[in-house]
Formats: sequence, C-alpha cells, structure tokens
Amino acid sequence: MITNRHLYMTVGGLMSATLLAVMPLAATADGQAPFAVEKGWAPPVGDEPHGRFLIDRLEYAAGDDEDSVNLEFKGWYGGDYNRIWIEGEAEDVVSGGSGGAIENLDLLYGRLISPYWSVQAGVGYQLEYGPGPDPDRGYAVLGLQGLAPYWFEVDTNLRLSEDGDAWADFEAEYDFLLTQRLVLQPRFGTMVAFDEVEEFGVGQGINNVKLGLRLRYEIKREFAPYVGVSWNKKLGDTADMAEAEGEDTGDFRVLAGVRMWF
Amino acid sequence: MDQYETLTGKGHSRRRFLRNVTSMSVLAALYGYGGVSPALAWPQVGNHEAERLEDGDTDIFNLVIDRTPMKIDGKPANPITVNGTVPGPAIRMREGRNVRIRVQNKLDEWTSIHWHGILLPFQMDGVPGVTFEGIPPKDTFEYYYPLKQAGTYWYHSHSGLQEQLGHYGPLIVEPAEPEPFDYDRDYVIMLSDWTFEDPHDVFRNLKVAEGYYNYQKRTVEDLLEDIQKKGWSQTMRERAMWGEMRMSSRDLLDVTGSTYTYLVNGRSPNDNWTGLFKPGEKIRLRVINGSAMSFFDVSVPGLKMTVVQVDGQNVEPVPVDEFRIGVAETYDVIVEPDDQQAYTIFAEAMDRSGFAAGTLATEVGLTAEIPEPRSIPSRGMEAMGMDMSNMDMGGMDMGNGGMEMGDQSGGMDMGGQSSGMQGDQAMNGQTSHAGMAMNNDDPAKGGMNMAMDSKGGKAPWPLADRDISHGPDDHGPGAAMVARSPGNRLNDPGIGLKSTPEHKVLVYDDLKALAPWPDPREPEREIELHLTGNMERYMWSFDGEKFSEVDGPIQFHHGERLRLILVNDTMMDHPIHLHGMWMELENQHGDLRPRKHTISVKPGEMVSARITADAPGHWAFHCHLLYHMKAGMFRVVSVA
Repeated sequence: MITNRHLYMTVGGLMSATLLAVMPLAATADGQAPFAVEKGWAPPVGDEPHGRFLIDRLEYAAGDDEDSVNLEFKGWYGGDYNRIWIEGEAEDVVSGGSGGAIENLDLLYGRLISPYWSVQAGVGYQLEYGPGPDPDRGYAVLGLQGLAPYWFEVDTNLRLSEDGDAWADFEAEYDFLLTQRLVLQPRFGTMVAFDEVEEFGVGQGINNVKLGLRLRYEIKREFAPYVGVSWNKKLGDTADMAEAEGEDTGDFRVLAGVRMWF
Repeated sequence: MDQYETLTGKGHSRRRFLRNVTSMSVLAALYGYGGVSPALAWPQVGNHEAERLEDGDTDIFNLVIDRTPMKIDGKPANPITVNGTVPGPAIRMREGRNVRIRVQNKLDEWTSIHWHGILLPFQMDGVPGVTFEGIPPKDTFEYYYPLKQAGTYWYHSHSGLQEQLGHYGPLIVEPAEPEPFDYDRDYVIMLSDWTFEDPHDVFRNLKVAEGYYNYQKRTVEDLLEDIQKKGWSQTMRERAMWGEMRMSSRDLLDVTGSTYTYLVNGRSPNDNWTGLFKPGEKIRLRVINGSAMSFFDVSVPGLKMTVVQVDGQNVEPVPVDEFRIGVAETYDVIVEPDDQQAYTIFAEAMDRSGFAAGTLATEVGLTAEIPEPRSIPSRGMEAMGMDMSNMDMGGMDMGNGGMEMGDQSGGMDMGGQSSGMQGDQAMNGQTSHAGMAMNNDDPAKGGMNMAMDSKGGKAPWPLADRDISHGPDDHGPGAAMVARSPGNRLNDPGIGLKSTPEHKVLVYDDLKALAPWPDPREPEREIELHLTGNMERYMWSFDGEKFSEVDGPIQFHHGERLRLILVNDTMMDHPIHLHGMWMELENQHGDLRPRKHTISVKPGEMVSARITADAPGHWAFHCHLLYHMKAGMFRVVSVA
C-alpha cells in the first residue's frame, strides 16, 4: 500500500531523530536538578515523569453507503512542562466499499507556555489507501493545544508538507455532565487548506466541517462506552472535487464505540 | 548531632522496668511487635499505646516499621504499620525528659519518622533529604532528643507516600506543670483516610486526569436547579465566571470518598471505635488529623465541645458545636456527657463525600445516630480572592478588580475579559456562607478591620493595608490563577460551614493564647510566599515554582524575628506546615497569638505569622496535603 518507500523512510527517520532529541528533555521532567541539602541525598520530593495513552475514539461508524471503523488516539509522556506526544487519527472502511486513511500520525514535542496551553512541534505522516492510487506525504506540524475558557478542549495545528503545501485544522470538544458518569460530548472540527492538493482531494480554502455528538458512560474514568452521531460536510472547492469524483459531499453516521485510557 | 550521640552511649540493654502507662497497655502488648497480625487496626475500645521504658532521665520506645496484612473496614489490606497497627501506637512522652526512640525498618524500602510539631535538633526531625538520609531497608535509626513542650502531636513517615499507607500515629507529651483545665479521662481521636489503591496510582490519576476522584461536579441538574432558584441571568453570570476561569466551584478535595474509607483510630464507621465514659465525667478528646488529603468537620452531636488546646498549645477555652480540622492539625476538646446515652463522634469530610465516625458510650456496643450528610457546598467568589469590601459597598465591578487568570498568552484566551458582573449579588453557592460578603461581622479586608476596632480593643490586622502586587503572569505556567485582592478570612469557618448562635463553629479568630509568647519583638523582616497551583497538570508550588525548580533554601537568619505572609492564589485549602519553629498566627488577639505548627489557608485568603528563627539547621516547609507536597509544594528553610 505504501507507494513511496523513500518518503516513508524520510518521515520515519525524521520521527526517530525528533524522538531521540526530545526524549531526554521530557524524561528529566522539568529540566533542572533540584538542589540537595547534602550531596548524595535523594531529594525530599521527587519530580518523576508521567504518561497517559488515551484512545479518544475507537468506534464503528455506520453510514448510508458505507461503514467504517475509526480510531483517534493521543499519548504523552514527560513532565509538567515538557512532553512528548504521539497523536493519530485513522479510518478503515469495512463495509460498502474498501480503503481508508491515516488522516494524521504525529510525533510532537509539547511545551507548556501558560497554565492551560502548550505549543507542539514535530513531524507527521498521512496516507490514503484503497481503490486507485495510495497517496501519502510527510509534513511538519506546529500546534497549539489546551483548555480554552468555558472548558473547551482545543487542538489546532498548522501543517506544511514536504511539497510545500500548507493546511490547518481546528478541533474543539466540550464535556456536558448529564450526571457524574453520563457525559454528552459535542465536537467541532474543520480544515482549511492554503494550497490545492488534488491527489488528496484537498481544495483551497475551507475543506469541511465535522460535527459530532457522543454520549458516553464512564463505568470508570478509564473506560467509557459511547453512542453517537457524526456529520461530515465537504465545502467549497473540496466539495466540487468530490462531486466530480461522484462522491457525496455530506456524510452522516451513527456511531458506537469506546473511550479508554491507560 | 555529636552531643546527642554522646548521650546515647549508654548501651542498649533491656534491663529497664516496663511501665504500664494505662490499662490499655495490656492490649498494646497483645498488638505489640511480636509478629501476630491483629484482625483490626486498633482495639475497638480505648486507645493503644506503646511501651515506655525508663533509663534515668530518658524515656525509651521501640518502634518497628513493617507491612502487616489486616482488615480495614472488613476488607483485606496491607498497610505499613508501626508495631503492627494502623495508626501506630500512641507514644506518651514527658516534658522535661529526654526520649530515645529506636526505629527498626523491616520494609524493603527506605523509611523515616517525623515528629510533627516537636521542637528538636534538626538532625532528629526525620525528613529524608533535608535533615538526614532516611532509614535504609532492614536498618535501624535511633532518635534522641529532649522534650521542651507538652501537648497533643503526632508522628508520621516523611518518605514518599508512606503516610497514605498507614505510617502514622499519635504522640502525646505529658506536661511538667499541671494544665490549666482538668479532665477525668482522655482519648486520642486520630482521623485518617485509607485507600485500597496504591498511593502511587492515586498520584498518577491526579496527575494525568484532572478531577479523577471528584464525583460531585456540577451537572445539568445543578444548572437547572440554580436557574430555578436564582433565575437565568444570575445563574449564567455565575457559570460564566467559573467558565472563564476554567475552575470548578465543586473542587473541594482532590481525593474523595470515592476511593477513601475514613477512619477513627484506624477503624471505619462500621468498625465503630468506642470510648467509654461514666456520666458526669469530663472527657478530653485529643483530635488529630492524620489524613493524607482530607479536611474534616468534627462534632459530637448533642454535646458542646470546649476547645482547650490547638496544635498542642493552650488556648483560652472556646465552647463550640463544630470545628474544621485541617490535615496535620490537632485540637484538644473537652466534652461532658452527663447521661447514659451514646454519642457519635462525627468527622465529615469537607466535601461531604464521606465521613469518619466513632462512639462515646457508657458501655461497648451502644451506638448513637449518625447525622445525615449535608449538601455539597460550592465555592463562592471569596475563593477567587475577590476584594469583598468593594462588594459591601455595592459597587462591584469584576472586570477591573476581582480575579485574574494567570493565562494571558495564546490567541484563544479570553481570560482578561470582564465578566460583566455587577451589583451586589452574592456569588456563593446555596449552602456555602452565602452571607459572607454581606454580614457586617464577616471578614472583608479593610472594612473588617474598622469593625473590629470599633468593637473595642481588637488588635488591627497587620495585613490590612498590604498591597499584594502581582500581575496576572507573575507566577508563570505553574499557577492557574492569582488572588487579586486576597483578604482576611480568619473569621470565616470555611466552605460549607456557617457559624450561628445556635451552632457555633470555631474560627481562627477565636483562638487566643493564655499568655504572651517569650519573644516580644516586632518582626524585623517579612517573607511573603504565595501558594500556587495548576489543577490541569496537578502542579503545586510556592510562588509558581515546584521544589524541583528552586535552586536553594528559604533563608532565615538565626535569631531574627520574622513575619511570614502566606497568600493563597489557588482554589484549594492548604495546610501549611513549618518544621522546627512555631508560627504565631496573627489574628485579632494581639500579643495573645495562637501558636501553630500547621496553618490552614483558605482560597483567596492571606494570613501572617510571627516566627522566631531560633532553631539552626535545615527544616522542611510544605503543604501537608500529601499529594500537593509530592507535586512540589515543598521548600527547605535554612536557619543560619
């Protein structure tokens, strides 16, 4: 499925290099060794790194024409200020068609710049597969992630591909507590491209609007099954390109899945 | 340390005579370090004390630290024990004598014992990394120090998170001179919080998932209730304020009854610890909060409690119906039941997520009613460090004064915007001190002081005119907010409590020492420290810097008289503990300041204490919430 071995290796190399470069920084938690009253004594309170791997969405999405399995995850490791992030989003069509996509697979270094915000920088990889050609590309990412006022969880990224194409995405979600364990989560996402990239079906300007509504039940904090709906609407040039290919521009799905973390 | 080692050179012979301290020492022997696992933590009735051996002017105790499988609340647990129990045995020392404590570490990890509230040579203070290296696995350490004080204290591990695992116990120092109150019998009431989870998992949960243990967050139901009660616009204004700050008004305790079993003397409410009395007796309850993370509201429904000591120090007796005890504080109260009935000793967690309970009764097996849980309080505006005096005048504008969020960077941040709050509506939740801003006798910076002066003879608050000068970014990413106008809350019993003539709740302003303390000097120097935190990443610090970020100690000059000013820039209550030296809390009683080892600072509050820096050496200074300390809210104070 990988059509560009060379690219694959380049991205892989870049990722490993970034990882090697920032890992020690993240692992020493916050950079500096605490002062010691006596040499050789362990500090009275330590500052160990932590980590968490969150599978935000692992869901079966049933649509009019096709069904897919979707995955979105976010993992981090590090201290309070410096962290390594690995984030990804993928979709695999399981019924009514074939193919799928790794929408993004990012390896990032994140730095806390204010109480609720961290900047992230790193590299990523994107792949579409299925009928027809399997285009893929590597890119550099610069992101801002955090908690906006009114408790909106926000993640936004600017990406620049190896071919010089740039695009930005924005995602926000909110947790509405119906009860202490039953949580209604609306989501909003959009993508804006600065350059047209035909092989990925990307038109210039606003590409799409994605809306989601998921109702989860936290059996425990770490494990929450959910049901929901999503609606994905392609816009502008992107919509035109899809129509020219004979695709729908709107995609409504009913979801069932699980959110969990380790 | 040399002088103390010289004194210890008398050998380790055991030909001392055993002295039975109380009738309970028979039980103590049963539960001693013979390796027998007791079925339960402490006996159901009475207290459990350690053997005290004597050698001339020295009292000797032997303590063994080990893991001991036992049942807590009927479920299997594997706590760290001292001489086989949780809590460890009560240790009765005597003022004016020396004490030698041999601590044997049977654990596979390092350990330590810190003598909380005891003034001693710093090498004996028992803080690994600050005063000694710690007690290695399978090794022993001998503590030796003179006792120059009396009262109720406690001891606990200062290593890692061992305190959460049961490594704590009561410490009583019998006075050399008679105390200024009398009683017929005394009981230790040691409150604590037990979890069946590994404390490291608890810490990780707090670190990686904000609000993990909070199952009392505001829901849609609360919102609808508020709209019904307060109207749409008022409710929306309140929600907007909390929303802008990204704070929860229901963030009261980080670790809650969702994982904790609250204990009295190691026993859950089901295991009902009982203290026996004869009607008409005066009973002294030595209440110690040995919790890792829990503030309790303590009452004995049906009985007035007279507070006679706080943190081991005599105070002018105050009759109360209830008092809040911060983590690591001690309160000695006297109750006088004069009938045959049983009484519940009730200690409700501050966030109402659970309670500890025991019984006072004339015979074993009697119980009294357990009070109904109270509704969950929500924090009000005072927690944000609002200047409440403005509100009294009815002209409050939150956009200009009020709180500031530390986060001003990033294009998406709307933190600095005005919330549009106007007028004199109270922002308090339904059950919290709703009248706080409005009551004339409630604390408000400035206004309060005048009121006190006019009531005659009350000492002015030393911080009344203090300008807390920090901008929104002063403490960096480690501090999610700053209290813009922190105020005097010494007369405020705290979140969820209200003092009324029918139900008197103790406040810090009630505490009055019996006589002035030895050092009459005015402070020569002031040290201002801000209590700071970032809930999202569970970072806790002083002045925005975690312990791992500071490059040296806080310097006290030997012999100087200091004023320590603590400003709480967070939404949580913090019990701040200074080792080795007293803090004389500056309240309304002038020279008759209460002396404390641990001062609880409420959100948005500013307090001050006088300190005589008379104890050379290195001392720990930290928030006594175990996971706050672990997360970095810790400093070393060097006196030289």
